Amino acid sequence: MISFTVNGQPQSVDVAADTPILWVLRDALHLTGTRFGCGMALCGACTVHMDGNPIRSCSTPVSMAEGKAITTIEAMQDDAIGQRVQQAWMDEAVAQCGYCQSGQIMSAVALLKSNPNPSDAEIDSMMSGNICRCGTYNRIRDAIHRAAETPVAQGDDSLFTEVRV
Amino acid sequence: MNLPFSNTDKQTDNELPVRIANVSRRGFLQGLGIAGAFVIAARWTPFASAEEAKYGADAMPNGWVDNPNVFISIDTDGNVTLINHRGEMGQGIRTSLIMVLADEMGADWSRVKAKQAEANEEKYGNQNTDGSRSMRHWFDPMRRAGAAARMMLEQAAADKWQVPVSQCRVRVHDVEHIPTGRVYEFAALAEDAAKLDVPARDKLVLKKPEEWRYIMRNPEGFPKKNKQQPLAVDGMDIVTGKALYAADVYWDNMLFAVIARPPSYGAKVASYDANATMKIPGVVKVIELPTASQPSAFEPLGGIAVLAENTWAAMKGRDALSIQWDTAAAGENGRYDSQAFRTLLEERAKESGEVLRSDGDLAAAKKAAKSSLSVNYYAPHMAQAPMEPMAAIVRIRGDKADVWTSVQNPQLARGGVAQRLGLKPENVTVECGLMGGGFGRKAKPDYVFEAADLSKAMGGRPVRVQWTRDDDLHHSYFHTVALEHMEGYLDDKGKVSGWLHRSLAPSISSVFAPGVVHLGGAEAAQGIRSMPFAIPAVQQESGAAEGHVRIGWFRSVYNIPHAFAVQSFVAELADKAGKEHKAFLLELLGPDREIDPRTFNENWNYGENPELYPIDVARCKGVLERATKEAGWGKKMPAGRGLGLAVHNSFASYCAVVIDAEVTKDGQVIIHRADIAIDCGPQVNPDRVRSQMEGACIMGTGIALMTEITARDGRIQQDNFHNYLVPRMPEAPREIHVHAVNNHLDVPPGGVGEPGLPPVAPAICNAIFAATGKRIRTLPVGDQLKAGA
Repeated sequence: MISFTVNGQPQSVDVAADTPILWVLRDALHLTGTRFGCGMALCGACTVHMDGNPIRSCSTPVSMAEGKAITTIEAMQDDAIGQRVQQAWMDEAVAQCGYCQSGQIMSAVALLKSNPNPSDAEIDSMMSGNICRCGTYNRIRDAIHRAAETPVAQGDDSLFTEVRV
Repeated sequence: MNLPFSNTDKQTDNELPVRIANVSRRGFLQGLGIAGAFVIAARWTPFASAEEAKYGADAMPNGWVDNPNVFISIDTDGNVTLINHRGEMGQGIRTSLIMVLADEMGADWSRVKAKQAEANEEKYGNQNTDGSRSMRHWFDPMRRAGAAARMMLEQAAADKWQVPVSQCRVRVHDVEHIPTGRVYEFAALAEDAAKLDVPARDKLVLKKPEEWRYIMRNPEGFPKKNKQQPLAVDGMDIVTGKALYAADVYWDNMLFAVIARPPSYGAKVASYDANATMKIPGVVKVIELPTASQPSAFEPLGGIAVLAENTWAAMKGRDALSIQWDTAAAGENGRYDSQAFRTLLEERAKESGEVLRSDGDLAAAKKAAKSSLSVNYYAPHMAQAPMEPMAAIVRIRGDKADVWTSVQNPQLARGGVAQRLGLKPENVTVECGLMGGGFGRKAKPDYVFEAADLSKAMGGRPVRVQWTRDDDLHHSYFHTVALEHMEGYLDDKGKVSGWLHRSLAPSISSVFAPGVVHLGGAEAAQGIRSMPFAIPAVQQESGAAEGHVRIGWFRSVYNIPHAFAVQSFVAELADKAGKEHKAFLLELLGPDREIDPRTFNENWNYGENPELYPIDVARCKGVLERATKEAGWGKKMPAGRGLGLAVHNSFASYCAVVIDAEVTKDGQVIIHRADIAIDCGPQVNPDRVRSQMEGACIMGTGIALMTEITARDGRIQQDNFHNYLVPRMPEAPREIHVHAVNNHLDVPPGGVGEPGLPPVAPAICNAIFAATGKRIRTLPVGDQLKAGA
């Protein structure tokens, strides 16, 4: 048994120690927001946080998660920075097909947690591990700047304020 | 090893229909809401008969449907559920078509729910989502369906108030009696409206464009200039990770399969040893799948499938297989070497090919020419490489089968599954999640058929086939490889008097019929026959080129090599003539005129009526002028930096690109800015038009600079994103400025998903020439600009 937390919930799984965290999240826990893109840590679609650090879950064996805290896209609505990033993604209408965006958001959140006001070059450097075939990079960069400029909400439940037409 | 599947039952669904995000199946009026009762009451006329059907949606299998019963239902709480029946792969059609329905019927966007249709073209009309056709073919039917629902709601209110319907009007999600100001919400009217007949098509009153609240609003894009833009229907689910793609549904007792497929197209399993595989905990079964005879069309490639209790066990089981392949069965394909094939095509390009189009007297132009230029351009194979690798689940229950997948052509998947399982098509349910990118690859449902075959082999047990990235790159339906031979002849004034374009590229039809070695009509149309230049003598030919891998659709398809060759060659000829590129291009385009493509022997025209969709030279020039103006064309550029231009008409739209590129001393290309002007006629969802153009600029950057599939000894040499290179954020154009022009209804809608792509690569190569004087004739640029290259 390997024990860790996922989005704050304790989990114990009886799986082969070399099983990538991605497949534990998906096939065992049915947390499907974390996506499979390449299986070799080359595209970033599977990015999650382990003890706050971004990792490529497709290439990180679950044995390395023992005693650690895994955070996935499903928890970002409950995260102050995560909320800001998700809102910025909506405000900039970033997503096209959306498949890579879980990983993009997890990388962006990790970036903003370590660097609250990144430059273009810092964004490019951090985000270069996340591939988007639809071509949303420019909007992602804009959205990260927007999230960085957004003040932290104080008890604000107005996440995803819809644009009224 | 057994993964503990009991932790959660999320997305476990033992009862069909499978669930789709955002859709509640409870709470609808049982047989009373618009959804139910319409069906009973409707006297609705199906679309025009087959003999009248010739162009556009009329010419598509199962045509179009504008019956509001099919697309619109009103819940008891007044929420409106609108059905999108086209495939969503990032182009935003789920939002855009639903915007059209919602706007015409007067629904409030915040009370609209999207529901994805299952495969059922008899019910919904054509669902094959390719060719940039969705809005072209469905804008009008969706307007009519929405308008019919609006008029029925007004009639229901009039009947309730016992007043003339002319005194009633739909506002936003309610109906007002104008003289008295009384109001009924939609919820209060749904049941009565459902009992009414659908108005006859010629009695429908469509909204005037100035009455639209969503359609064609916010032309400057979302949200910077103003906020008048509905949110994308899937936007929230995407950013919260809730969106469901092909691999995001778990059915009870489901097995997970990965397949080792033959390394060359047509190779077979000679023998295999699965002993090591069967020892891996979680592996359940190893099944040999037959290799289809060639040409294999949509048939799976065959190979050895490993079925396991979870994806990782299946992957490890596949790695542990020992397989001897019979590559001799692949014939020539087993020796395919893309470099040698290029050499072969270059040799063949010296000889005449089959004539595609011939205007004027090229021999005479050649003889009278003052100067000439003869060059070859080469564009390689590519894989679409959508971020979501292919996946499909199939289960069989008695005489029924259920499919969950993401495909561009669900009806094809349904029919194919029915055929191979010996079931009636109406007993096969195909539900589609979002596609995590498609780009043409998911128009081929071979992966769905693999899942069907494996489920059958397992007695109907649910089986999900999961493709990995190396599967995707090794076994795509690849973008063609192309050798484009160009000859240009200039008269004494430096005007082009003669033009020869000889194209050698394997046809997509080579996958469907034996012996096909020439471009098909649609392929030759894409940027060859449709070339609108005013040149006295034009000869276009197709040379022989065999397909040695599966050739398939890749976003904008044959327009990619053709636009690369034509738009690069124009720049080369301008240079030869000593003329400025833009002025030279305008001269080539000639006077404003509408060209009937049939006069070019171009009888395809993207399936559209040439009367409605002529090639409009003024629109070509319009986008050219706009892109160059916005980019500051003609301005002085710093050393090592240049502007490049290209314009191209495809998918009934017009697109021009100006690229500002720098080539560094070490041969790196930095794209500082892209200005892309698109004329797709009315922009139903302007921000999606913009994002599609932005995406085209980035994908086109990859095509120009890095993206390439090669083959040696019949095997694809790229395995994953470390050696199959696609643009990452630092390589994307630093700024992309989209200039969407002609947003009005004077012309019918053009395509959006594809037409942005073809002009990008030639514009980049022309910018590289402007920056360095080095002409790129082989895609991608790769190391060609590096010192010593």
